[in-house]
Amino acid sequence: MKLLTREALLSFRRAPLLSVLSVTTIAFSLFTVGLFGLVAINLREALRGLEERVEIVAYIFRGTASETIAMATQDIAAFPEVRDVSYISEEEALRRARAELVEFRDAYRDLQVNPLPASIEVRMNDGYRDAGTVGRVAERLRGFGFIDDVRFGREWVQKLDHLRNLTGLVGIVIGLAFAAVAVVIIGVTIRLTILQRAREISIMRLVGATNWFIRGPFLLEGALKGLLGGLLSLVLCYAGYLLFRDNSGGTLSGLIFFAPEHMILIIVFGVLLGLGGSMVSVGRHLQHV
Amino acid sequence: MIRFTNVYKAYPNGALALKDVTFHVAKGEFVFLTGHSGAGKSTIMKLLFAEQSPSGGEVRVSGYNVSALKRDEVPRLRRRLGVVFQDFRLLEDRTAEENVAFALEVTGARSDTIAARVMRVLTQVGLSARSRAYPRELSGGEQQRVAIARALVNDPAILLADEPTGNLDERATRGVFQLLRDINNGGTVVVMATHDLDLVRQTVYRTIELRDGTVVYDSDVDEAAAGAR
Repeated sequence: MKLLTREALLSFRRAPLLSVLSVTTIAFSLFTVGLFGLVAINLREALRGLEERVEIVAYIFRGTASETIAMATQDIAAFPEVRDVSYISEEEALRRARAELVEFRDAYRDLQVNPLPASIEVRMNDGYRDAGTVGRVAERLRGFGFIDDVRFGREWVQKLDHLRNLTGLVGIVIGLAFAAVAVVIIGVTIRLTILQRAREISIMRLVGATNWFIRGPFLLEGALKGLLGGLLSLVLCYAGYLLFRDNSGGTLSGLIFFAPEHMILIIVFGVLLGLGGSMVSVGRHLQHV
Repeated sequence: MIRFTNVYKAYPNGALALKDVTFHVAKGEFVFLTGHSGAGKSTIMKLLFAEQSPSGGEVRVSGYNVSALKRDEVPRLRRRLGVVFQDFRLLEDRTAEENVAFALEVTGARSDTIAARVMRVLTQVGLSARSRAYPRELSGGEQQRVAIARALVNDPAILLADEPTGNLDERATRGVFQLLRDINNGGTVVVMATHDLDLVRQTVYRTIELRDGTVVYDSDVDEAAAGAR
């Protein structure tokens, strides 16, 4: 074990340029993946804010008994898809309209009769805010006899759906592409290290070192480079994050950074990249000689 | 110790490097492999330490059948051999001592025994005083002695030397050759490939001569035949 560590560290000392190259390659690959990850989690966070506003408004026929409404409200609140339901009386509706629609304030003030219907507003639970589910719940609401009309901004919900699917897909595709590029580049840099040490490897084989013994230092070296690259990429990501957050003039002040488990994931990913790259390179080299 | 039986070796292009080579080497022998470049000396060496496997026939070395050697058995065979080359094959960034120790370290020797064993073989090859020198600070003959020390440190049953004096001047050649003879006197089989016929003629050791991949002369066999006539 002591020998293994010594040999692995020796290669850093003997080929500092190549080692720095490997580490920075891993770091920049992971940095790119990480930046995209940051965009993705922030977009998701922003969408979550939007999604919470997905609601269904059901307008109620004038003159419906308040007990009927109260019972129906309880029923609806018990739907698994529904987070909460609130009843907006006719007076409440008018009061809101007066507050929100400033231009029509005068018109509303002079009314003899309140033209606005009472309604119930239904907000959806997490994970039930896609167009399909919202449409189904709206349909169910329509089934209540006292409901006049149901509105839920179908197109808006569908667009949100598309946006969410698209960001997920683009994130996965670009992330995978960059990860693949990273693996290739890491494989090449480690291959360079191996070629540089081909003589040493041939002597190790000559005196009867086992293949696992020969692999050991290279694998450890790859893993170490991956670890360093992962850490460096996190530093870069954090710098990028600060840069965006603090130079956006406040519009991006709500940006979030990776949670600790995401950071660990990135570092583990780096270690795996380094390990995988060196495994492939050493394996191929040992097969050829 | 070594048994070649009807060995063929074909290159990937189909040309034959060895054609029907048969010879045996007994315990304690010193054998010269001679012949021009390309005659097949190096191919025989490579078969001996399982760098290559024969295309036909059987090669047995120190109890291992090279023709049917499994991948993980190769290191075990090599630990029973010492191999020395014309170009020394030392690691430039390690001292003489470290180069020799490397062979022990990578085969998993106990670390507390390494220093003593390294010093013993360096003394045996006459380099104990230069143990901390780097290869570039050593003469050709000294570098080859380090390589021989590295080959000896695992107490091999067989020492393979492929043109060990090819890069050395006359004086260094004599020194290295004497060292190989001493090693042989200690009981180790030595197989030395060389095209230095002066060296061969100086001694009475067995000589196997190759030409175009076949054995054209084997002093053991041919002299026995001459004696019988």
